[in-house]
Amino acid sequence: MATVFIPTPLRKFTNNTAKVEAEGNNVSEVVKALTNSYPELKRHLVNADGRIPSFINIFVGDDDIRSLQQEQTPVKENSQISIVPAIAGGKPVSKL
Amino acid sequence: MNHEHIQFSREELSRYNRHIIIPEFGLEAQQKLKAAKVLVVGSGGLGSPVLLYLTAAGVGTIGIVDFDVVDDSNLQRQVLFGVTEVGQPKVEAAKRRLQSLNPHIKLNIYNTQLTSKNALSLIQEYDVVADGTDNFPTRYLVNDACVLLGKTNVYASIFQFEGQLSVFNYRHSNGAFGPNYRDLYATPPPAGLVPSCAEGGVLGVLPGILGSLQALEVIKVITGVGEVMSGRFYSFDALTFESRTFNIRRNPANPLNGDNPTLKELIDYEQFCGVRAVEKRIKEIDAIEFNDWQQRGEDFQLIDVREPHEYEIVNIGALLIPLGTVLANVDRIDRNRKVVVQCKTGNRSGKAIRELEEKFGFENLYNLKGGILGYIDDIKPELTKY
Repeated sequence: MATVFIPTPLRKFTNNTAKVEAEGNNVSEVVKALTNSYPELKRHLVNADGRIPSFINIFVGDDDIRSLQQEQTPVKENSQISIVPAIAGGKPVSKL
Repeated sequence: MNHEHIQFSREELSRYNRHIIIPEFGLEAQQKLKAAKVLVVGSGGLGSPVLLYLTAAGVGTIGIVDFDVVDDSNLQRQVLFGVTEVGQPKVEAAKRRLQSLNPHIKLNIYNTQLTSKNALSLIQEYDVVADGTDNFPTRYLVNDACVLLGKTNVYASIFQFEGQLSVFNYRHSNGAFGPNYRDLYATPPPAGLVPSCAEGGVLGVLPGILGSLQALEVIKVITGVGEVMSGRFYSFDALTFESRTFNIRRNPANPLNGDNPTLKELIDYEQFCGVRAVEKRIKEIDAIEFNDWQQRGEDFQLIDVREPHEYEIVNIGALLIPLGTVLANVDRIDRNRKVVVQCKTGNRSGKAIRELEEKFGFENLYNLKGGILGYIDDIKPELTKY
């Protein structure tokens, strides 16, 4: 199974686990397996069109899936998949 | 950045000795630092280490933009400041501290918020920008301004135990520019999806780590020593000590500098990031329907929120409660039947309705679309328009 690195902001949806295993032959299947195990992740990883939202980057190994085959990027048993959301630090947005 | 003419005093040579004796660095790199102008946006958690190290390293001109004042809750991570500076403008406190650290450099301070109006003229004056801001609208603003001006943007960002770093829009020796923030994140997350540090917290040492790396990259960009983090994206998890460096690329769909650029100037970034709350829709009635209600004797109250002098010019028999006095006169507004609120064009009455709904829970208010002017146009052209 591939290893998925969960970023800090999403760990509250994975019982505070930083690294989880998920089955799948490509990124899309891995994300599906992941959101089946952790349903609350879904609204952060899948947009209304069923795609990965543009404020989330997914890397397989060192490479951005946008420079590979997007959601269809193949995933191997030993692949390391990283989810990297946009973070900005600092202030609550409502106080701007 | 012409550095060949740069001279050093004896004090400076002594101060920078440990740089100059590194074979790959040498006097030339130190000259480049002294010739360079760096703008640091934000003097908080990230800005503190960036400013301290760039000042110590001898960057010749450093600009600091921040509109905030030092707060008690900053001191856990913003190592530029101490207890005696609480309540003072950050840029002024920062300048004093930094100038005492290195009197040989020039510090320009801007006690203001970076906005779409001032960003281009401010950034234009500098060679490199270090973005240590704390919110998405300013991230996109700094990025877009740097891309439009062809400046390098050394980026770092933090949240709780996680840090990110990259060098955006770096101009390679062949003239090509590296990826920028919009290649990585085409759109910001919806407001509220990613919690902020003020809500989610941040470990104080984390900005120290990322800000130091940011200072490192600024120095590499200026001196050309080493491999700049352009086209690469670094991610650090302080909890697991997991460090990963990813490859990133230009996106042909980037609206700033992709194949078909559509963004040629700065925009409203708060709106872009959905920060400005989308106004809740209120119930409306147009002049024709309003007239029908009157004709068929529908039971409703009519309220005019304009000023008395406007009411004198023309009115349609409404109860006058000027906008500024609406909340104080809330008991004069019916709750048990429909209420139509009108003004001159529909703006002020909309505002009154929003306030009444928000603060007093009214559900029976209708805004007269187009206001009294719309009513005159559609129903009673004989009335006075103003």
